[in-house]
Amino acid sequence: MRPFTYERAVDAKAAVKAATETPNAKFLAGGTNLLDLMKLEIETPTHLIDVGRLPMAAIEETADGGLRIGAMATNSHVAADAKVRARYPVLTQAIVSGGSGQLRNKATTAGNLLQRTRCAYFYDTSKPCNKRAPGSGCGALEGLNRNSAIFGASHACIATHPSDMAVALVALDAKVEVLSPSGAARSFPLMELHRLPAETPEHDTHLIPGELITAVVLPPPPEGGQTYRKVRDRASYAAGLASVAVAGGRIALGAVAHKPWRAADAEAALASGASPAEAIAAELANASENGRNGFKINLVRRLVPAAIEEARSNGRRA
Amino acid sequence: MKTTITINGEARALDLDPRTTLLDALREHLGLPGTKKGCDHGQCGACTVLVNGMRINSCLSLAVMHDGDAVTTIEGIGTVEKLAPIQQAFLTEDAFQCGYCTPGQICSAIGMLQEVADNWPSQETTDLTGKINFTDDELRERMSGNICRCSAYPQIVAAIRSVAGDAA
Repeated sequence: MRPFTYERAVDAKAAVKAATETPNAKFLAGGTNLLDLMKLEIETPTHLIDVGRLPMAAIEETADGGLRIGAMATNSHVAADAKVRARYPVLTQAIVSGGSGQLRNKATTAGNLLQRTRCAYFYDTSKPCNKRAPGSGCGALEGLNRNSAIFGASHACIATHPSDMAVALVALDAKVEVLSPSGAARSFPLMELHRLPAETPEHDTHLIPGELITAVVLPPPPEGGQTYRKVRDRASYAAGLASVAVAGGRIALGAVAHKPWRAADAEAALASGASPAEAIAAELANASENGRNGFKINLVRRLVPAAIEEARSNGRRA
Repeated sequence: MKTTITINGEARALDLDPRTTLLDALREHLGLPGTKKGCDHGQCGACTVLVNGMRINSCLSLAVMHDGDAVTTIEGIGTVEKLAPIQQAFLTEDAFQCGYCTPGQICSAIGMLQEVADNWPSQETTDLTGKINFTDDELRERMSGNICRCSAYPQIVAAIRSVAGDAA
């Protein structure tokens, strides 16, 4: 690990101020992804601002019948929360399908959103990677790209976003609350947090430097059932090859793009009376492969209709 | 950087490079080598300790993040003269060969059984609003963050099952 200085933030505003004023600073929350990347010298911050103890871990009802999840709520606490389990089961299912018990006990809601890709070329500092070293090229394009993106990729980057939790949050139409360097709070759809790679894959999100995620806000749960399904190489503690969150008429896909992928074409097709199979076919009209990841298109084609049927069945039972 | 952590019930003052992980602080600075370094990347679980009662990977945490926390390592769980029930169960069930993963397995099992007692769900939990039915599939899923290269898994399941008691 490269040397760095460390401070514990006393409040959110001070944390944002420190992050804005200190060159090459990063926020540290659970640390489960950032510290791993620092050991590998993929992330090399020279100052860490520990926000892990800021009082932003509450999970509270909102006035309109939704739920506000504090940025520092651990993945375990969100998954185990009685309100989440009863009304947003897709979120619990997504969270417990990711990582291990130990990791979920430390990982936070905001940290989960801001975790970085698991693309092997991002992790291997001897290989080119435009996300890690802008301009160096993309080793995955013609390399070991079995788990690369099938939606929204560019010639600069075909990495995927690894979060399961974020896929459920997109299907639930969540919003993100952030505190900006100006001191103002702003809120926007979670779907707009992450970017597609285009020419600048080094940027995972649209956050501006120094901005701190303070909460994720869920609207009331949608009509209809929910479910999360994930396909991977082993039954537990493995990144997804493809996953899907269904919440009422909303569908989001995981491990298939640089961001949690809202399947808007599939949703539109379903809304106009198409079958689940026809709906996912409409979405997959936009998919593309890079050689070894072509199987993921068939995987999604089979996975999503099954999940839609399961969610409908869950909805009828509720 | 000055940090005070309560380790196995005793407050320990440290002055560390901020890069020092909780794992390295335990092993290299506090003379507690029971917690093991396997992969050092959160993949194997050998470094599992309990922080304020919750199991975490001590390799993916900085010691300075834990100022004021209460950490329990394998050295705080039982003694050679008086083993904790889960330690005795690992012996009785022959739940290891080389033993390197065992401290992490035991700390993880203790944290895991508390999670079950608290009715936390896992991906094996079919009824998210009911009481956990603590099947062997549940047990295996919840222990998937701990790898045993000797593959003593059936015996590890048996050892944990034998002390699960009311959590089950």
